[in-house]
Amino acid sequence: MLDNISKRILEEVADLHSVPEGAYNIRVNGKSESRNTTANIDITSKEDKSGIDIRIKDGTKKESVHIPVVVSASGLKETVYNDFYIGEDCDVVIVAGCGIDNCGSQDAQHDGVHRFFIGKNSKIKYVEKHYGQGDGTGKRILNPVTELYLEEGAEATLEMVQIKGVDSTDRKTIAKLDKNAKLVVRERLMTHGDQYAVSAYEVELNGEGSGTDVVSRSVARDNSFQKFDSKIIGNTVCNGHTECDAIIMDNARILAVPGLEANSLEAELIHEAAIGKIAGEQLTKLMTLGLTEAEAEEAIINGFLK
Amino acid sequence: MLELKNISFSAENEDGTTKAILKDISLSVDENRFIVVTGPNGSGKSTLAKLIMGIIKPTSGRILLDGEDITELDVTERARRGISFAFQQPVRFKGVDVLDLMRMAAGQQLTAADACKYLSSVGLCAKDYIKREVNTSLSGGEIKRIEIATVLARGTKLSIFDEPEAGIDLWSFKNLIEVFESMRSSIHGTIIVISHQERILDIADEIILLSNQGIAKKGTKDEILPELLGTSAAVNMCTGNTDR
Repeated sequence: MLDNISKRILEEVADLHSVPEGAYNIRVNGKSESRNTTANIDITSKEDKSGIDIRIKDGTKKESVHIPVVVSASGLKETVYNDFYIGEDCDVVIVAGCGIDNCGSQDAQHDGVHRFFIGKNSKIKYVEKHYGQGDGTGKRILNPVTELYLEEGAEATLEMVQIKGVDSTDRKTIAKLDKNAKLVVRERLMTHGDQYAVSAYEVELNGEGSGTDVVSRSVARDNSFQKFDSKIIGNTVCNGHTECDAIIMDNARILAVPGLEANSLEAELIHEAAIGKIAGEQLTKLMTLGLTEAEAEEAIINGFLK
Repeated sequence: MLELKNISFSAENEDGTTKAILKDISLSVDENRFIVVTGPNGSGKSTLAKLIMGIIKPTSGRILLDGEDITELDVTERARRGISFAFQQPVRFKGVDVLDLMRMAAGQQLTAADACKYLSSVGLCAKDYIKREVNTSLSGGEIKRIEIATVLARGTKLSIFDEPEAGIDLWSFKNLIEVFESMRSSIHGTIIVISHQERILDIADEIILLSNQGIAKKGTKDEILPELLGTSAAVNMCTGNTDR
């Protein structure tokens, strides 16, 4: 049975209020708490290391896989390897996400290494939310690695969200795209306190007609630090766009490093990066509607990260 | 309901010297009146509007709302006491959609249907706009009308519009005037409009002409409009010049 802390974290990271429909694997403090497979989606534990293999049959559509992780034991450090083998012509939603509740004095750390092998003409939506809570002095650390290999005509949309409570994160995402494959990334990040967050992307556009759009919106508050390092490599006829849009507050620091590498005359690559504080006129406008300055600030941030 | 007592405002020049924008303005505005403030470029019309809303503070003088001295109150507190403000150049917000903004304006759980009603009254096809972000994808005319709709949604006893006609070229003045007229009948509040437009001046109960840092004339439209002809304000009206 899940305890209340685990339930609360599952709500935050996977919008789960009860046991999800479809395939799932819920991992709590290093162990698989519960698992369900379907006719089209199989989940098996790895034998050589910690983690699971998720195999999705050709032609699987409108199904979902939930693989949330809860860490509520102070001092727990784990690296988990999850591999997704997605067949051809699929259309599936995969919800991952990790929440850490650390009430103790020792650091709690979960490093998830996710690899996606996406078959021809398959579409996936991957949602990954990170969340931390607990008033202990131990740090809440998440270092996810995501690797995506998209075959011809495959499409992946990634929604990466980290809004609260994670002290340190070092995210690395790499992707390799074949002919006509598409990768869309929407990252939303908010850091506060003394938090540290690095997010690095490296997308290789190897197949003709492949394309990617990697967009990060972030808010850095208090004394936090963020680094957004997004690199797109165009090796053929392809198009790539990366954008970092950040609001900086208090004594925070943000480093945006958009990078483009064109190895073909036909590669069309664009990057944009903007960092700025909340505009005074925006605050004034919302104050004329009756909001206090603090409420106006929250409303602007909530909209920005929506 | 609104009283300005000996209001002066000076701005600092780049070289550190001060320049008087408004000098010793005293003014009393009654309830349920439609007031148009006009005057040549640089006469301080927008400054006067911002002083009433509290966006800027006077160098000297007092501002009273229903007898209460609000001179030291900030924008939020004045808004909560019943003052609304439509900006000449509305600000944009990434990620905030029109419904969010309307809900912040109405200060309550405004239904989508009610928000649509306000948007329709400013000539926007509501279902196309309710989920649009208030960002740079909106044209100048669209965002201007949304700005007016936020003031309608607030429905306060005093509404200030800083050059509402600027930038609404695709939308007729007739509709804008209808908005003001329906506001008067539904809210029963006082409306202060900063404008050069003769058709807006024409529906005023009272016109205030600013010139040389002060109130040059004040009276009904029948008293003021004929006198305006021949002044630079009238020239501005004809040419459509605005002090942006």
